[in-house]
Amino acid sequence: MTYISPRPHGRPERLVVVGNGMAGMKAIEETLERAPGRYAITVFGAEPRVNYNRIMLSPLLAGEKSFPEIVINDAGWYEANGIVLHQGDPVVKIDRERQVVRSRAGHEVSYDRLLLATGSSPIVIPVPGKDLEGVVSFRDVDDVERMLDAASAGGNAVVIGGGLLGLEAAVGLQARGMQVSVVHLAGWLMERQLDQAAGFLLQRELEGRGVTVLTEADTAEIVGTERVSAVRLKDGCTLPADLVVMAVGIRPNVDLARNAGLEVERGVVVDDFMTTSDPAILAVGECIQHRRQCYGLVAPLFEMAKICADRLAGIETNGYAGSITSTKLKVTGVDLFSAGEFQAGDDCEDIVFRDAARGIYKRLVIEDGRLKGAVLYGDTRDGAWYFQLMRTGEEIAGTRDTLIFGPAFAGAGAPANPSQAVAALGDDAEICGCNGVCKGRIVAAIQSEGLTTVDDVRRVTKASGSCGSCTGLVEGLLQAALGDGYEASEVKPVCPCTVHDHDTVRRLIRVGRLKSIPAVMQALEWRTPDGCHVCRPALNYYLLAAWPGEYVDHAASRFVNERMHANIQKDGTYSVVPRMWGGLTSPKELRAIADVAERYRIPTVKVTGGQRIDLLGVKKEDLAAVWADLNAAGMVSGHAYGKALRTVKTCVGSEWCRFGTQDSTAMGVALERLTWDSWTPHKVKMAVSGCPRNCAEATIKDFGVVATEGGWDLHVAGNGGIKVRPTDLLCKVKTPEEVEEHCGAFLQLYREEARYLERTAHWVERVGLDHVKARVVDDAEGRRALYRRFLESQRHAQDDPWADQTVRGTTRNEQPALLAAE
Amino acid sequence: MTEPLDWYEFGPVASIPRQSARTTRTDAGQIAVFRTVDDRIFAIPDRCPHRGGPLSEGIVHGHKVTCPLHNWVIDLATGNALGADDGCAGRIPVRIENGRIMLGLTRAKAEVPGD
Repeated sequence: MTYISPRPHGRPERLVVVGNGMAGMKAIEETLERAPGRYAITVFGAEPRVNYNRIMLSPLLAGEKSFPEIVINDAGWYEANGIVLHQGDPVVKIDRERQVVRSRAGHEVSYDRLLLATGSSPIVIPVPGKDLEGVVSFRDVDDVERMLDAASAGGNAVVIGGGLLGLEAAVGLQARGMQVSVVHLAGWLMERQLDQAAGFLLQRELEGRGVTVLTEADTAEIVGTERVSAVRLKDGCTLPADLVVMAVGIRPNVDLARNAGLEVERGVVVDDFMTTSDPAILAVGECIQHRRQCYGLVAPLFEMAKICADRLAGIETNGYAGSITSTKLKVTGVDLFSAGEFQAGDDCEDIVFRDAARGIYKRLVIEDGRLKGAVLYGDTRDGAWYFQLMRTGEEIAGTRDTLIFGPAFAGAGAPANPSQAVAALGDDAEICGCNGVCKGRIVAAIQSEGLTTVDDVRRVTKASGSCGSCTGLVEGLLQAALGDGYEASEVKPVCPCTVHDHDTVRRLIRVGRLKSIPAVMQALEWRTPDGCHVCRPALNYYLLAAWPGEYVDHAASRFVNERMHANIQKDGTYSVVPRMWGGLTSPKELRAIADVAERYRIPTVKVTGGQRIDLLGVKKEDLAAVWADLNAAGMVSGHAYGKALRTVKTCVGSEWCRFGTQDSTAMGVALERLTWDSWTPHKVKMAVSGCPRNCAEATIKDFGVVATEGGWDLHVAGNGGIKVRPTDLLCKVKTPEEVEEHCGAFLQLYREEARYLERTAHWVERVGLDHVKARVVDDAEGRRALYRRFLESQRHAQDDPWADQTVRGTTRNEQPALLAAE
Repeated sequence: MTEPLDWYEFGPVASIPRQSARTTRTDAGQIAVFRTVDDRIFAIPDRCPHRGGPLSEGIVHGHKVTCPLHNWVIDLATGNALGADDGCAGRIPVRIENGRIMLGLTRAKAEVPGD
């Protein structure tokens, strides 16, 4: 039975909160929900900013999130709820007799109820050099800023502590370009959450990403005069260091409570109702100690916050019974889940599943017919379900045989459908660990507020709004609640192999420094072993564009035309188009083409719309010889087959034409020499006309140049295909050098921003011409940077594929005749 | 199948790069032999059931290949077209012996034309 205590007459009660972190503000959110208007609330925070999601510091460090994205409650929230917020002003004294707190800035505020949520501080190990410049902890936004500062100069980072926080710091710094070593005292990483086998898999994964991991390594000294220069270990080994991150644990902040005479042990001692030894003072979060336990994870804080809010609202509950905790490592591409007890005792039994090839390890610990602990590595989808089984303490004897395969197999013949798996969860199953949102809350919100999209659910409940790893579960709940009425989110995945859209994939390739197709698929959790014909060519392009000169093109992920450097025709023969710069040719080239056509009995020779000569019906086995003959006459591949620069079409211009105002053929040849052999999201066609009569049809090209008396008009994003789209005028320039710089910059912006298979016309319509103008025309410095990146990429690209013997080899894939076996 | 199979040696597994195919000509037309990302070997006639496209030139993904002509996706294990498309390329039994690929064919089909 619950009751709500009568509200006192007159003024609202005064509630003062010490600490503006996640636990304190969660308690306030929950209190406002239960008893709106009951309290006049004042909050003191030591940090000079609004309340943010501390567990998102890792994505902030890795560059996957920005600060505004991790803010939980912005200034408007405090205002709307009448909360007085003192930012950057910690409380320094509690006068329990007068019921008054005093802040560092001298504010004195009286309270009826006081809530301590002072959190914890990172432990600094007492070694020489711990106070040197460049030694930081990983606790707040200021720490992240210091780390980013150091990372911008590159160099070496040493992370002391291979626990959750230390590893997230290590991976974040590595993604920011530092050489990172992790120094860990225990025998394996995250020894408090993982067993040795999972710790080993994790270590191998991190080492694969270039992080050095030293276990059983004890720090003796941090070396340096003013700034840190190295870390010396007790075994004598010395690691160079420009940055040292200490992440060896946290210690509850108890000084304020202790000085006020409250009962304090390791933390501020509270009872099951989050009340301290002074009934007017409650405490929640990492600063407390409950039944001899202190907590440093977010889920318990949220559970405490709810109990605390019940107390503040006068709702009677059974109180807080402590938390079983679960852990997820927030490192993109590493799936790791751990919950409960797993250091098996004598009465415990283990169920273990391994799939080494896929890097999957699962271990369940069972005691007295109940699930006690779980470690999941590589595939954590069933973590929520196991965690729920642990919390309810359900008997598992009946399902034990298939328990390791998760909820899909647990019921008799239950379908392996994720949305049904989530439907099988109980109402108090936690869906969003970051924000402490359970299934019942989400389902209720969907029903009572008529929510229809993941964004709606995020807005109303915050579920999946932080790290996003539970987005699939939220979608499952929407699907279960709305049935056919649910339309999946507007995010359009690249293909069914992934949940990510093109833009997200590109961003994560750069942020995660992913440099191969398997690395992308592993890190972004592809659902298929090696993708499909849709995603593989896209990934190949994105990697090529992101890491010029470094990424090795993956032929098996290219469409046959780009592998053969010729266009496949309906009968399985190919067409070959040699490049004719700016549409110019010569008797020697024409003779070579004629010879090739006769020698290899090429049935059709045709002039193309792009001013080239197309040899149609070349047999595959003749391709290499045709190229060799054309090469010998000085011709190279025309890339008529590629998502690449195709042709630059020109008119004859001022050299011959009586109307010509500029030398359009020379300009066209220069542009083609500049841009040939550049891979782009889709094909790119260009043209240069020598006067506004525009005989080269430049105004339906991706990049069109039209000469005028005073210079050149630059047009972009035209298309002469299914739907004719005339170009937009980008700008007018004076010199051929400017034409080249604008052309290269425009193409580079297209290469960096457009989605694979998106023509310039569609891209410009999507992002807006103003955006392109702002980047290519208005921002001269930015344009030069784009142009430089284009030239850098071209430096690695401009090789004639026809001349490349290894490319020639790829066309020979026929085996000798079959041999009869004995 | 009524006629008994004879086994013919195609070549070593290593002669086919992963996610690729190699071909061989027989009396019954060209055969494409695929090696998938997990090192499985499959053999099917090198003709898409749709318009006869060369499947050996397609992108190999999972145990499937996408025809380069019109993106039909063919299941390598059965030769069947997947998804909305309907058709079958056929299938040739494969055995691996000491790292060498053996194809199971009827004798008449294995003769190489003209050689």
